[in-house]
Amino acid sequence: MKNKIYPFYFTFGALILYLLFVVLPGFMGIAYSFTDWNSYSTKVNFVGLDNFRTIFSSEENYLDYIRHTLFFTVNTIILKTLIGLFLAVLLNHGVRRLTHLYRVIIYLPVVLPTIVVGLVFKSILNPRTGLLNEFFRSVGLDSLTRKWLVDPDIAMLSVIGVDTWKGVGYIMVILIAGLQTIPKEYYEAAEIDGASPFGRFRHITLPLLVPALTVVTILNLFYGLRVFDIIYVLTGGGPGYRTDVVFTAVFDEFSKGRYGVGTALSSVLFIFMTVFGFFIVRKLTPAEA
Amino acid sequence: MMLTKNLPQVRNNMLAMFFCFLVIVPVYLVIVNSLKDSAQARTMSPALPEKLHTKNFSTVIERGKLTQSFVNSMLYATSATIISTILAAMAAYVLSRNKTRFNRFVYFFIVLGIAMPLNFFTLTKVMQMTHLINTQLGIIILYTATQIPLSVFLIYGFVDAIPRELDEAAIVDGCGPFRLFFSVIFPLLTPAVVTAGVLNFVGIWNDFLLPLYYLNDSTKWPMTLAVYNFFGQFRQDWNLVSADILLTVAPVLVIYLLGQRFILSGLTSGAVKG
Repeated sequence: MKNKIYPFYFTFGALILYLLFVVLPGFMGIAYSFTDWNSYSTKVNFVGLDNFRTIFSSEENYLDYIRHTLFFTVNTIILKTLIGLFLAVLLNHGVRRLTHLYRVIIYLPVVLPTIVVGLVFKSILNPRTGLLNEFFRSVGLDSLTRKWLVDPDIAMLSVIGVDTWKGVGYIMVILIAGLQTIPKEYYEAAEIDGASPFGRFRHITLPLLVPALTVVTILNLFYGLRVFDIIYVLTGGGPGYRTDVVFTAVFDEFSKGRYGVGTALSSVLFIFMTVFGFFIVRKLTPAEA
Repeated sequence: MMLTKNLPQVRNNMLAMFFCFLVIVPVYLVIVNSLKDSAQARTMSPALPEKLHTKNFSTVIERGKLTQSFVNSMLYATSATIISTILAAMAAYVLSRNKTRFNRFVYFFIVLGIAMPLNFFTLTKVMQMTHLINTQLGIIILYTATQIPLSVFLIYGFVDAIPRELDEAAIVDGCGPFRLFFSVIFPLLTPAVVTAGVLNFVGIWNDFLLPLYYLNDSTKWPMTLAVYNFFGQFRQDWNLVSADILLTVAPVLVIYLLGQRFILSGLTSGAVKG
């Protein structure tokens, strides 16, 4: 009866597109990782683990790209969560008026194209004429001026900063939604019992915000591991390879026609994220009767 | 007394304004510089324009071939959003209403797609096999497919909130599965569907990656790729680049301002309650 009212073929459209264009390439990629597939020859030969040996060899830069990806991911997770949490608490009940306007403004960068944000910050972070260094010079803090995107030691940090500027509003909004699920009575009761504001935050807000914080961390994790646009525009992976991540390297392999190594690198990320996603999604979708 | 009571409010407002200021500065820079001449905009300074050069916009539309890429972006974002949201809603509805073991597995499997990164190499192969490479239809189908997991996830939770009695009443009245879904359920899913739709639209409008890989032909480029290419050609003329940027973000800004209540509230109710 249920199958008749809720026919399974309703899922076909979504399922087929998803299978064909997301899942299939992922698994095909694993198979092609063991070949010398490239754009110069029509023949594809089995080469065993060669591509993976290349990726994990210390003579190549791929391990660095993976390291950079993880560095970017961990730092954006920390920064966005901390600032997002601060803003969420501030704009949930810390401010009485204009709350909605503040939220609308702080969320704004989220809807802007990353590519555009990158272009604008490229000019702001220009060492000679950019607004940031100009600002430091005009207030006499010349010592703070940096070659933001050119200095190998801070280029990645600058990228992380820009990415946080763009993404923190999203995190704030999710955490606000999380804060609103916490019953007000808890705070009232705690206040009567004489809990300090920090005590209330530590013992009520934080523990009850764990589900929202989990969601936020997962979103930032999935975003960070496949970051591409912001790095491509801001630094193009440079200076040298200092800000290259997995997906800028993948694009590079793609442009050079080195499909075998590229698809192996993609597959490493695919397997890691899918397995990781498997446990996360299973946790987030409670088994119902 | 009054003052000490309001002190935290003043401090908190200052903090909120400071963060808003950080957001607004870059936006302000783009707006003022889009109205300057090339010489004055060279350093992208915050100074106000000496004279308003509104001509920049028409120059950009002409030289950046913006009309073409605007039409492309509109086509991709609108059609992929509509198709993927409807397909996702249909799937989410059936999977949520009929929770058999198998259907729960299918749901799980689709949602897992949120985590899966695309493999651009083998996807190229699939696109070639289906003759979709470098075509507008191809990019629309790709966007539709990639948006499905998140949309199913967002809508699935909402289906439960619609009372089953409605289904039963509609069936007693002789509705088939299609009429039941499209004329009874779908309208009630509006908040979830709009949320998913807005997220999809903005996500597709702002995407840079798929066209970078799969559209070689510049007449098929969306605005993001066009603006990036424009920057490559006119990197000395920040006034033009700024004007181009403003025109590129205008549509998403309009959608954002119209839909901000949905976005800022509905966005996560599906995600957080789980």
